[in-house]
Amino acid sequence: MNEMDRRDFLKLAGMGGVVFFSGLGTLVDAIGKSAAADDFFFVQLSDTHWGFEGAQLNPDAKGTLQKAVAAVNSLTNQPDFIVFTGDLTHTTDDPQERRKRLREFKDIISQLKVKNIRLIPGEHDASLDNGAAYKEFFGETHYTFNHKGVHFITIDNVSDPRGSVGEAQLVWLGDTLKKIDKNAQIVVLTHRPLFDLYPQWDWATRDGDKVVTLLMPFKHVTVFYGHIHQEHNHFTGHIPHHAAKSSIYPLPAPGSVAKRAPIPWDPTAPYKGLGFREIDTRPKQNDCVLTEYPVTKV
Amino acid sequence: MKKITIRPEIIGIFLIVLVVGTGYSKVCAEQQEQVIKMTAKKFEYSPKEITLKKGVPVVLEITALDRLHGFFCPDLQIHADLLQGKVTRIRVVPVKTGVFAFHCDIVCGDGHEDMVGTITVKE
Repeated sequence: MNEMDRRDFLKLAGMGGVVFFSGLGTLVDAIGKSAAADDFFFVQLSDTHWGFEGAQLNPDAKGTLQKAVAAVNSLTNQPDFIVFTGDLTHTTDDPQERRKRLREFKDIISQLKVKNIRLIPGEHDASLDNGAAYKEFFGETHYTFNHKGVHFITIDNVSDPRGSVGEAQLVWLGDTLKKIDKNAQIVVLTHRPLFDLYPQWDWATRDGDKVVTLLMPFKHVTVFYGHIHQEHNHFTGHIPHHAAKSSIYPLPAPGSVAKRAPIPWDPTAPYKGLGFREIDTRPKQNDCVLTEYPVTKV
Repeated sequence: MKKITIRPEIIGIFLIVLVVGTGYSKVCAEQQEQVIKMTAKKFEYSPKEITLKKGVPVVLEITALDRLHGFFCPDLQIHADLLQGKVTRIRVVPVKTGVFAFHCDIVCGDGHEDMVGTITVKE
């Protein structure tokens, strides 16, 4: 993708709404959305931080996740499945409280109409106990699944409190990728950015470059992640990385202010900066179409 | 012309003296460098503001008091894991002036994100 195309894409992405995005790294026309039999879409929610308290940042912290669930349920067409890319709960030093929050989160998302739900942890869920409590409720922290010819790979870069993927998982990833055709469409789900987005704010993965190196030989790879509480789009070579909005509070753009402090609640525009996205996956075209939605009912 | 013969064992002794001497000089140089003692605990560094001079080497001696912490200053390329109860020594030679943030990059609890500090480098 040349720089002009990239700028155009970022401009479109920054406006929200619908963005067509090719796994080949080329922007495609938003008009003429196809509906081939093997097309499908899924929803990405991220950074719900259940258990967070802080009226200045979100006076409806105990109700926003439920609103997001209602918003997804209100979509005219329901997705094939729903992914949560980490920080399901807000961190706590108390192991019992952590389990209570995970249990409550699980209860709330059970209200989703779509029952095919895929989750991964964020550092708030898993870094203080290496993912132990998370696994009790949701099972493995890294795994694969296939859907209509698309290979989904989840990467855990939070159970190690250092924010590393680690050698064992890198070996697993390498072995997994050996079984996948180089022309296949691959979607990677993870929590932290796999590239050095802004290490000054801990927006990086220590060994994320090793993951990207393993993915580079594959032509159609797209990464979806969370952690930074805002929409963000970036390329490493031909691989696009898309960060999702949070449904608890937004964070400032990387490096835009001195401190990584959450953006305060705006009473004139409640829930501003919060949301979820729909990802329309078109295996035949090897591309994705991203549609951003507010966290309140669609 | 008189031929001078140097016995191999004398060369060996000379080399040993040279190597040990170089090492000794290095140790002496490091001993003369300023040492800044720091502590790290949930969720603060002490001191959390450090002032250094550009080009002047210092040694940060950081003790993690309560658990594993990190020390990461990306702009000055300083990165270390701080093991609990151990003194971690980091030699720093600042190559540019400015105010550079550092933070704990090993998740350590509810408050981890506030575990930050700054290094100010002056001319």
